[in-house]
Amino acid sequence: MLSKSAAKAFFLGGTAVTASVFLALTWDTFQQIPERTRASALTEPVKRGKDLWERNNCMGCHTLFGEGAYYAPELTKVYERRGPAFIRAQIKDPQAMYPGERKMTNYHFKDEEIEDLIAFFEWVGKVDLNGFPAKPTLGAAAQQAVANAPTRPQVFTQICVTCHALGGAGGTVGPALDGVGDRFDSAYLERWLKDPAGVKPGTTMPKLPLDDAQLGELVTFLSSQKTKKEVAQ
Amino acid sequence: MKFQSQKVAWGFFATCMLLLSLQLVYGFIMGFARVGMDGLHEWIPFNAARATHTNLLVMWLLAGFMGAAYWIIPDECDRELAWPKLAWVQLIALVVTGVTAIIGFHLNWWEGRKFLEIPRPLDFLVVIDVLLFIGNIGWTVWKSEKKSTTSMVLFFGLLAAALLYLPGMIPTDNQTVDSFWRWWVVHLWVEGVWELIMGAILSYLLIKLTGVDREIIEKWLYVIVGFTFLSGVLGTGHHYYFIGTPRYWLMVGGVFSALEPLAFLGMAIYAFAMAKKGGRTHPNRVALLWTIGCALMSFVGAGFLGFAHTLPQVNMYTHGTLVTAMHGHMAFWGAYAMLVLAIIAYAMPLLTGRKVYEQASAGFAFWTSNIGMTAMTLAFAVAGVSQVVLERRAGMEFLTVQKELEVHFWGLILAASLFSCGIIAFVWDFIRYGMPNAPLKQATPEPPAEVPPGAPAVARG
Repeated sequence: MLSKSAAKAFFLGGTAVTASVFLALTWDTFQQIPERTRASALTEPVKRGKDLWERNNCMGCHTLFGEGAYYAPELTKVYERRGPAFIRAQIKDPQAMYPGERKMTNYHFKDEEIEDLIAFFEWVGKVDLNGFPAKPTLGAAAQQAVANAPTRPQVFTQICVTCHALGGAGGTVGPALDGVGDRFDSAYLERWLKDPAGVKPGTTMPKLPLDDAQLGELVTFLSSQKTKKEVAQ
Repeated sequence: MKFQSQKVAWGFFATCMLLLSLQLVYGFIMGFARVGMDGLHEWIPFNAARATHTNLLVMWLLAGFMGAAYWIIPDECDRELAWPKLAWVQLIALVVTGVTAIIGFHLNWWEGRKFLEIPRPLDFLVVIDVLLFIGNIGWTVWKSEKKSTTSMVLFFGLLAAALLYLPGMIPTDNQTVDSFWRWWVVHLWVEGVWELIMGAILSYLLIKLTGVDREIIEKWLYVIVGFTFLSGVLGTGHHYYFIGTPRYWLMVGGVFSALEPLAFLGMAIYAFAMAKKGGRTHPNRVALLWTIGCALMSFVGAGFLGFAHTLPQVNMYTHGTLVTAMHGHMAFWGAYAMLVLAIIAYAMPLLTGRKVYEQASAGFAFWTSNIGMTAMTLAFAVAGVSQVVLERRAGMEFLTVQKELEVHFWGLILAASLFSCGIIAFVWDFIRYGMPNAPLKQATPEPPAEVPPGAPAVARG
């Protein structure tokens, strides 16, 4: 039967072996991290952005690299998913983008600070994460159809879908936009997007940070959404 | 109680009770926020509640380990603590640091790194405080002629825990490096050296409660901590799947994490076997219940539920979802919370000379809190799996999914209420035990120098 000294040797020996392997792998990991994380792209704004991220404990609600709390969205790919315009608007006035929904604190960041955070998110999004986060496989068919739909402006896929759905994909904060072209003409849509509260006082629709080109693109796209036949099915 | 200086353990245990109670309050704040009742958002936003909830946990567990060490080490070493007064100073310093950190969280003052939110200046205070503790314990062990395996494993576990706090303080601008070192602290604590501490405390409790020969129990202690380190050190790899570290961690982490449940399974079998083997029936049945319960629940929570989402193929989808919260709750409850409650349940009658464990409330506290925690884990499991399917697999929007999950959080709140009833009963029993004024049981080899004759310590309350 196993003796106490043999048990002790097993403990000390096993620990020594695994600890050595662990230290060796750690050393190798540090050789690879600069390339995998594009350490050369760690500019001053990125560093300041990381500092802001930590000083305000953003991880206390959000996740980054899947790490953090699970109260607010995962932000690893937020730069790619939502784009800088959305991030800017969201941080400036968190309540405007998701009216009446789960609250985010308004940190009253200065404009430069917001740009630092955006730089940080852009850097984070390009780190090689071994394929994380995985693409949603079950929704792949539906998403594919949506992604292939012609002339979907980027501003629509980054910003509008956060609250509105089209073709069954998107948020549920605002009404679905299927057939929106049947209900409103382009002049109305343009006025609406330019100043929602001016058209309908008290609306929860925020005034979005769009330039003229984006606005034109969006109005054309929305007014072309005439899907009466499909809705009737 | 054999030595005067063991009394300081009571101070640490009382701190545990206080912080645990507060931790529950913050848990409820978050639970209600998740079902849309976030009226406290202006004063206690979710990130403050979350940081407070987890840091209170870490703090009361550390206080519990310290209390356990101050209780066990004099007993095992057969002498008074080296510096009993320093132990009290160290307790007060710990509480002051902790309270400052918690108040800071509410004023948006922190470091914002999951589980290590304590701001940097306070990190140094924590290190100093822990060094005082280690010095006190270490000197006591060093001066003693009796160096039992249990006390040595406990000491080295505590020392390693203190040293492993340091990598978390390495400054870096790279989020990947930041995360890498953070897990050296968090993982190598909870799935490494804390298990040394856990193994040592379990051994002590089993030696005392079952009466099985010390040599046998300590032999198996080595085997179990051996398995823990064999699997747990390289098991750190399961935190390095998706943070920007090389792909080989998927293999290393996957294989060694799969072995991690073995250590916990070993711990559970060991506790059951020793309890069965023990011929002596110790009157403090509730302490044995907590001890065995700890070994079993840590296997379920840390071993089994940890394994459930540790394989890289699974973790790709469950990483960063409520599935982690499911595993986290039962793992910490089973492995560490129950362990501290077990040593408290064992030591309190000896510290105070009262036998509250004979009353129904003691059993009620054990069963209600465990049933409540099991139900909480189930609520988190259903919420977590639903989130994985809807958000990660089907690609629904985050907030849309969160609304779908609200009903499970009502379930969680109900389960947590049950759990809280058990904890309230435990705390109430703790209060009823009263002050640590039991007479010393055994003639001490060295008379306590600090206590003047007729001090209130000896006078029974």
